[in-house]
Amino acid sequence: MKRLFLAATAVALAVTAVFALWVTPPRENQGFEAVRLLYLHVPTAWIAYLAFGVTALASLLWLLPRTRSATWDLLAGASAEVGVVFTGLTLVMGSLWGKPAWGTWWEWDARLTTTAILFFLYLGYLALRRTGATAEERGTRSAIAALIAFADVPISYLSVTWWQTLHQQGTVFNADRHVLIDGSMAFTLIAAVVSMTLLYGYLVLDRLQLAQLEEGREARDVQRAIDDRLRYEGDDSGAV
Amino acid sequence: MTFLRDALLVAGKDLRIERRSRVALQQIVPFGAIVVMLFAFALDSERTLLHAAAPGLFWAAVLLAVLLAVGRSFSIEEANRARDGLRLSGLDGGSIFLGKAAAVAVELFLLELIVGAAVVVLYDVTVRGVVVLLCAAFAATVGLAATGTVYGVLAGGLRARETIVPLLVLPAVTPVMLGATRSFQFALAGTPGDAWPWVQLLAAFAVLAVTAGTVAFGPLLEQA
Repeated sequence: MKRLFLAATAVALAVTAVFALWVTPPRENQGFEAVRLLYLHVPTAWIAYLAFGVTALASLLWLLPRTRSATWDLLAGASAEVGVVFTGLTLVMGSLWGKPAWGTWWEWDARLTTTAILFFLYLGYLALRRTGATAEERGTRSAIAALIAFADVPISYLSVTWWQTLHQQGTVFNADRHVLIDGSMAFTLIAAVVSMTLLYGYLVLDRLQLAQLEEGREARDVQRAIDDRLRYEGDDSGAV
Repeated sequence: MTFLRDALLVAGKDLRIERRSRVALQQIVPFGAIVVMLFAFALDSERTLLHAAAPGLFWAAVLLAVLLAVGRSFSIEEANRARDGLRLSGLDGGSIFLGKAAAVAVELFLLELIVGAAVVVLYDVTVRGVVVLLCAAFAATVGLAATGTVYGVLAGGLRARETIVPLLVLPAVTPVMLGATRSFQFALAGTPGDAWPWVQLLAAFAVLAVTAGTVAFGPLLEQA
């Protein structure tokens, strides 16, 4: 099952790469060849939002008593990890693209700024997950943190949008980004989104399995320690 | 009614501790003041620059002080396992949250008055639009205190509490930083009318933060 997933992901990524690198044309007002970065930038951004959405949903399912299961907690963590990586990639690639296209590495545009805030919010969430506590404790703490972070995103976006529209206008970014898309470009973009979503699915599945194995190992270690202790106490029960 | 009375009880306890220990007054407020001085060093004491940036610098200083105030609010619960006492007190989680957040908010108001005075004097600011300033400061402070308190208990009892709280709080309060700064800018520039949408945003944030904290605090306190 996982192998099949991996194979499908690899094929989809390869097709995307061929189209993105060779078939689609460069674009003059989008940084010439650098436009090819968009075939990675757009899907990574989509995955980032998808991943944090999954984290929020899984956290909610963990918090509701009827659906509480360790899997939701681990899934929330796995998805957030992948999400943070993809958010970082989105920012880096957007920046790389911005330099040739707009002439600047960074623009205090609402979307960019919110994405950066998102990155730090979930970096904090991941740090919180790693602070060491029992699975139950960690689950509740991090689920609530994930939901607060998720609720914070729209209000952050709103505030940053207002800040920018009331602050400065007519920057490069205000130009209409919806340029007419060439047929091969549209196909490549769709292929890129599909292949990245597959990649996301594979990574989360893999990370989830790893997390479950880790949990299992910890439980086994504890059980072994208990067994050792019982055996030890059994040995000199008469001596006490 | 008992809910609010319990909240007042908790707030009174925290403020009494601060009045007696004077940590807020003798450590957190001077910290805010020295940050205000540091900004002047960073901007090379250029009057026009400092004057223009005053609202943002003021709120940046307050934001840093929030981290200390929240840290303090939860470190007093660490000593003598006071947290267990709080948990066993039978008080509702929501009222404990409101009490602790209110105490932090009161401390922050005091701090803002003193740091604000320092900004007025050191950055050559003329105070205008007092109503907007007060409304914005009130809404922002409630939002900051509530958010800080939620994250404070979220990280409560963790060894990494001191380092993780800033990482959690600072990105989350971006709307407050922006809203409060813009409100102050408009008020000081003599166009307080433009500040109202921002004050509303601050108020909305405060309401959300207080609601989230009241709901989440009980389960979090049980975990901590």
